[in-house]
Amino acid sequence: MDTYVHLVPWIIAIPLVGFFVNGLLGLAFRSYRDMKTVSGIIATLAVAVPFLLAVYLFLMMQGDSESASISLFTWIQAGDFTTDIGYRLDQLSLLMTLVVTGVGALIHFYAIGYMAGDESPWKFFAFMNLFIFAMLNLVLADNMLLLFLGWEGVGLCSYLLIGYWYTDMAKSDAAKKAFLYNRVGDFAFLIAMLLIFQTIGSLSFDAILNGTELFTTDQVFIIGLLILIGATGKSAQIPLFVWLPDAMAGPTPVSALIHAATMVTSGVYVISRLSSFVMMSPELMLLIAVIGAFTAFIAATIALTRYDIKAVLAYSTVSQLGFMFLALGSGAYVAAMFHVVTHAFFKACLFLGSGSVIHAMHHVEHKLHEEGKDVHFDPQDMRFMGGLRKYLPSTYMTFLIATIAIAGIPPLAGFFSKDEILVMAFNAGLGEYGAIYFGLWALALITAFMTAFYMFRLTLGTFHGSFRLPEKITEAAGSEKYLHDSPFTMTSVLWVLAALSIVGGFIGIPNFVVATFTGTADVNLLSNWLDRVTMDAELVLSKPVEWMLLFGSVLVALSGIYVAFLLYGENDPETQDNRIAARFGALYQVWNEKYRLDEIYEGFIVHPTVRFSDRVLAVFDIKFIDGFVNFVASVVRFTGSVVRYFQTGVVQTYAVAIVLGVIIVISMLLF
Amino acid sequence: MELLLNIVIYLPLFGVLLLLLVRKDEWVRWSSLLITTATFVLSLPLLLQFDITATGSAQYLTVGEPFLGDWDVKYMVGLDGLSMLLFMLTTFMAPIVVLSSWSSINKHVAGFYSMLLILQTGSLGVFAALDLFMFYVFFELTQIPMFFLIGIWGGKDRIYATVKFFIYTLVGWLLMLVALIYVGYAAGNMVNDGVFTTDWRLLTDHAFQLGLVEQTWLFLAFGFAFCIKVPIFPFHSWLPLAHTEAPTAGSVVLAAIALKMGTYAVLRYLIPLFPNAAIAFAPMFAVLGVIGIIYGALVAMVQKDVKKLVAYSSISHLGFVVLGMFAFNTIGAQGAIIQMVNHGLSTGALFIIVGMLYERRHTRWISDFGGIARKMPVFTVMFMIATLASIGLPGLNGFVGEFLILVGTFNSEVLGSYWYAVIGALGVILAAVYMLWMFQRVMFGPVTNEENNKLTDINAREIGLLIPIMLFIVWIGVRPTDFTKYSEAEVTHLLEDTRTRAATIAQNTADDRLPGWASRLYDVTPQMVSNVKHENQEE
Repeated sequence: MDTYVHLVPWIIAIPLVGFFVNGLLGLAFRSYRDMKTVSGIIATLAVAVPFLLAVYLFLMMQGDSESASISLFTWIQAGDFTTDIGYRLDQLSLLMTLVVTGVGALIHFYAIGYMAGDESPWKFFAFMNLFIFAMLNLVLADNMLLLFLGWEGVGLCSYLLIGYWYTDMAKSDAAKKAFLYNRVGDFAFLIAMLLIFQTIGSLSFDAILNGTELFTTDQVFIIGLLILIGATGKSAQIPLFVWLPDAMAGPTPVSALIHAATMVTSGVYVISRLSSFVMMSPELMLLIAVIGAFTAFIAATIALTRYDIKAVLAYSTVSQLGFMFLALGSGAYVAAMFHVVTHAFFKACLFLGSGSVIHAMHHVEHKLHEEGKDVHFDPQDMRFMGGLRKYLPSTYMTFLIATIAIAGIPPLAGFFSKDEILVMAFNAGLGEYGAIYFGLWALALITAFMTAFYMFRLTLGTFHGSFRLPEKITEAAGSEKYLHDSPFTMTSVLWVLAALSIVGGFIGIPNFVVATFTGTADVNLLSNWLDRVTMDAELVLSKPVEWMLLFGSVLVALSGIYVAFLLYGENDPETQDNRIAARFGALYQVWNEKYRLDEIYEGFIVHPTVRFSDRVLAVFDIKFIDGFVNFVASVVRFTGSVVRYFQTGVVQTYAVAIVLGVIIVISMLLF
Repeated sequence: MELLLNIVIYLPLFGVLLLLLVRKDEWVRWSSLLITTATFVLSLPLLLQFDITATGSAQYLTVGEPFLGDWDVKYMVGLDGLSMLLFMLTTFMAPIVVLSSWSSINKHVAGFYSMLLILQTGSLGVFAALDLFMFYVFFELTQIPMFFLIGIWGGKDRIYATVKFFIYTLVGWLLMLVALIYVGYAAGNMVNDGVFTTDWRLLTDHAFQLGLVEQTWLFLAFGFAFCIKVPIFPFHSWLPLAHTEAPTAGSVVLAAIALKMGTYAVLRYLIPLFPNAAIAFAPMFAVLGVIGIIYGALVAMVQKDVKKLVAYSSISHLGFVVLGMFAFNTIGAQGAIIQMVNHGLSTGALFIIVGMLYERRHTRWISDFGGIARKMPVFTVMFMIATLASIGLPGLNGFVGEFLILVGTFNSEVLGSYWYAVIGALGVILAAVYMLWMFQRVMFGPVTNEENNKLTDINAREIGLLIPIMLFIVWIGVRPTDFTKYSEAEVTHLLEDTRTRAATIAQNTADDRLPGWASRLYDVTPQMVSNVKHENQEE
C-alpha cells in the first residue's frame, strides 16, 4: 500500500481545511453567518471528498495488503523520546475511515436541513469538521500519542457540540460532564503510555505489536487495564458511562455522529488495534468481557424506563457498546468491529429518525405558539407522541427498519453482528475461565431480549397508537395537522442509512451458514479483510452448535418483539410502564433512577473534593501558609517595637550605655 | 552579534529616556510599543544565528573587566540553550504587554511604561547573565519596577500586596546573597587562584568541588530564595495576592517572565552548583512539585475571583516545571523548559483576557459574569484556546510540556519512583475541572447580570495582541521540536556534567569524615559510589 499511503494526509487535512474555512469566515464576516446552506455544503464536502479518497484506497487495497505508514514530521522529541506525526494505513484503519467519513458525510448532509433554523450553523459545521479531523487522527495514527491527540480532540469536539446551545446551563453542564468523565479515562490512558514507553522505549504501534514479547503478562494486564479505563471513558462503559446519556443535550446530528456512530466506538477500536497485545493476558480479556456484558445489561435495564426518545437511544448505545466490549473480551475482534460498522448504520439511522421526530414535534409546538396558545411540552417525550406513522411515513419506515436491525432479526445488519458476538462469547466459554464466559453469554442473551423489547417499545410508543399530545394537553387539540415529515434532504439520508442497515450485515455472513449448503467456508468478507490486523480467538464450536445458537438468538429477539407488541401495541406506554413498575417494584425503581450512579459520584467524589478544597485547603492556604508568613513578619515588627525603646535619642542614655559597655569589656579583659 | 545582544538588553532601558522626552500619553504608548517591538525584532537574529549543537559555553559572549575591587566579578552576558527560549519569550511578550495596557492605564502613563521598560532590561539581563553576581544585580533590577507597578497602578490592596511581594522575595534573596559570597570565595580558592569569583564557567568547573556539608547549606540557602521566587509550595502565598492586585500588565509580566526567573535559576545555578545536594534533595523537591500541582489545582477550583483562580493555576503549572527539572534527565528538563515557555504564553494570555473583562466590567468575581459568549464571540474563541492550552489539550502547547515532564519523571533514575508522575498526572484532570468550570460560569448560560448585556467584543488592538500568542500556542503544540531543539543539546550536556561532577565529589569525599546526617543523606558508601560511576559509564 506504499504507493497509496500518501493520500492519507489529504484525507485528514481536508476536514481541517473545512473547519478553518467555516470557522474563520464565520468569525470574520457577519454576512457569512447567514449563508447557512453554504456553510453546510462546504462542511459536507470536506467530509465527502475524504470519503471518496477512502473508497479509492479501499478499491486499491486487498485483504492481504501490507500495512503502510507515512510520517509527516517529528512531533515531540526530547532525549530518547521521539514521536512522529505519522499515519498508518491498513485494513482496520481504512475500515474505520470509511465508517467515519461515510456516515459522517451523510450526517453532515442531513444537518444542513436540521440546523436550518439555528442562528449560527457555521460554527456547528466548523466543530463537526474539526471532529472528523480529530477522529481521523485517532483511527489513522501510527502511534499511541497521536492517537491520544485524536482521542482528546474528539473529546473536545464532543464538549463543544454537546454544549452547542450554551446559553442553556443544563446543556453546558452536560458538555462539561462529558469532558471531565473522559478526562478521568484519559488520565489512565496517559499512564498506560508512560508504562509502554518505559518498557519498550517507543509508542508506535509497530513497536508495541512487534515487541509484545518484551512485556510480561503482569505488565500487559496493568497497561491493558489502564487502556481499558481510558476506553470506558470514551466508549461509555462501566463505571464511566454516565456522561453519555447527558450528552444527548447536543443537537441530534451530533448524537448520531459522535455519540453513536463514531467517537464512542474509539475504545473498541483501540483495543482491537492492540489485539495481539491484549490477548496476552486472559485475565484482562475476562475483565473486558465482564465490563462489556454488565454494561450492556445495566444500560438495557435503564433504557426500559425512559420516555425521552433520545435517552432510550443513548442507553441503547451504551448497551450496544457493551456488546462490543464483550466481543473484545471474548477475543472476537472481527465481531466487535463488525458490530461497530453495523451499529454505525442503524444507530445513526435511529438517531437521525428521532431527530426528524423531534423536528416535527418542535414544529407543532412552534405552530401552537403562533396560534397564541401557551403550550409547553418536551418534544422528545414519547408520552406526547404516538401514531406518528401516519404523518411521518418516511421517518417511520426507516426507523422501523433500523429497529428491526438492532433487534437482531435476520437478515438485517444487526442480526449478523450481534449473533457473532453471542457465538464468540459462548465459544470463549469453552476456554479459560469458561464458567464465567458462559454466565456472560447468558447475560448477553437476556440483554438481547431486552434490546428487542425496549426498541420496539420505543418505536410503538412513538409511531403507533394514537397521537397523544391532544389527549394530554387539551389546548393542543387538533395539533396533528401541523405534523409533517422532514424535507427530502433529511429523509434521503434516513433511507440511505436504512438501506445500509438492511444490507450491511452481508459483509460478515458467518462462514458456517454458507458452508452448510455449499461446503466452501470463506465468505466472511470482514473476517478476511481484517485477518492481517486483528488476532481473533479460534472458533472451536461445531456447525450444529452454531446453528442452534443462531436460532436461539433469533428466537430471543422475536420473543422480545412479541412481548413489546403485546404490551405497547396500541397503548399509551405510560400506563403499561406503570403496570411493569408495579410488577417489578423496587427493581424497576432502581432502573428508573439509573442505579443512582450520578448521585453516588456526586456525593462521594465531587462534593467531598470541592468541600475539602473550599473549607479546608483554601482556608489553610490563607490562615496557615500565609498566616505563618505574616507571623514571621509580626515577630520582626514586635522585636523592632521593643528594641526601638533603646533608641531614645537622649544623649545621656547613650553615654550611660557607653560607660556600662566599657566597664563590661574591661572587666572581661581583666578577669 | 555580541554587540547586538547588548543592544537588545539595554535598548528598553535607554528607551526610558525617549519616554521622558515625549509629552503626550499617546506618544508615550507609541514610543513604548516602538521600543519593545524594535527589541523583539533585533533579538530575532540572535535566535536565527544560534548554534543549537554547541554545548558547554554560551554564545554571543561578552566578558567585561572585573569591577569590584580585587574580586573577579565581571559584566558577563551571553546566551546558551538554557536561556535562549526564555530570552526570546521576554522580548516577544514585551510589545504584547505594552499593547495590553493601552487603554487601561491612564494614570502616570510615562512612569508606567518606564517601569515596564526597566523591568524588560532587568529580565533580559537575568536570562543572559553568566556571572552569578550579575544575575543577582539584574534580578534586583526587576524587583524595583515590579514593586512600583503593583504599588502604584494596582488594585485596592496594592500596597499590602506589593510590600509583601517585595519583602518576601528579598528575605530569600538576601539569604542567597550570603551563600553567594561563600560560593564566590570557595570557587576562588579552588579554581581561581584564591580570587573571589562568580564566573559561571568557573562555578561549573570540574575542579570546583564543594564538600557535601557545605553543599547542603548552600543548596538550602539558594533553594529557599528560588522556592520563594518560583514560587514552590509552601512559599507561594505572596503570589495570588500580587497577581490579583497587580494591573494586567504586571500580572502578565509576573506570570510570563518573572516567575520563570525562579525556575530558570534552579536549572542554571541550583542544580549545577550543588550537584550532590541537588540529587539528594531531588525527591523532596519533586514532592513539593507534586503537592504544588495538586494543591494549586484544588485551591484554584474553589476561587471566586477569576484572577486568583488563574494565579493558583500558575502554582499548579509551576509544580510541573519543578517536577521536570528534578527528574534529572533530558526528557524531564526539556519538558520543564518548554513548560516554562508554555506557561508564559497561556497564563500570560489568560491574564490579558481576564484584564479585558476587568477593563469592561470592573469586577473579577466569577459570579458577576455569565453568558458572555453571546456578547463577545471573538473574545470567546481566544479565551477558549487559552483555556484549552492551559488544561493541556494535545495539539496545543501545554500538552507538550506536561507530557514530557511526566515521561521524564516516570523514567527518572534519581527519583526512582513512578508515583510522582502518576500523582502529578492527576493534575491533568483537575486542571480541566477548574478551568472548564470557570469558563462555563463566566462564558456560558444565560446573561443574568444586566451589566453584561452592555459588553462589546474585543477591538482590533485586542485581537491583534492576542493573535501572536495564539499562533505560538498552536505552533508549539504542533511542532514543538522547532523550539525544544534550542535547549536539547545544552540541557543534555548540563545534566550529564552535573551527574559526573556529583559522582566525582561523592568519590572524593567518601573517605572523609561526615556528620551522621550527611552520610545518611548522601548515602556515601563505597557501594553507592560505584553505582554512580556505573551509571555514568552507561551514558
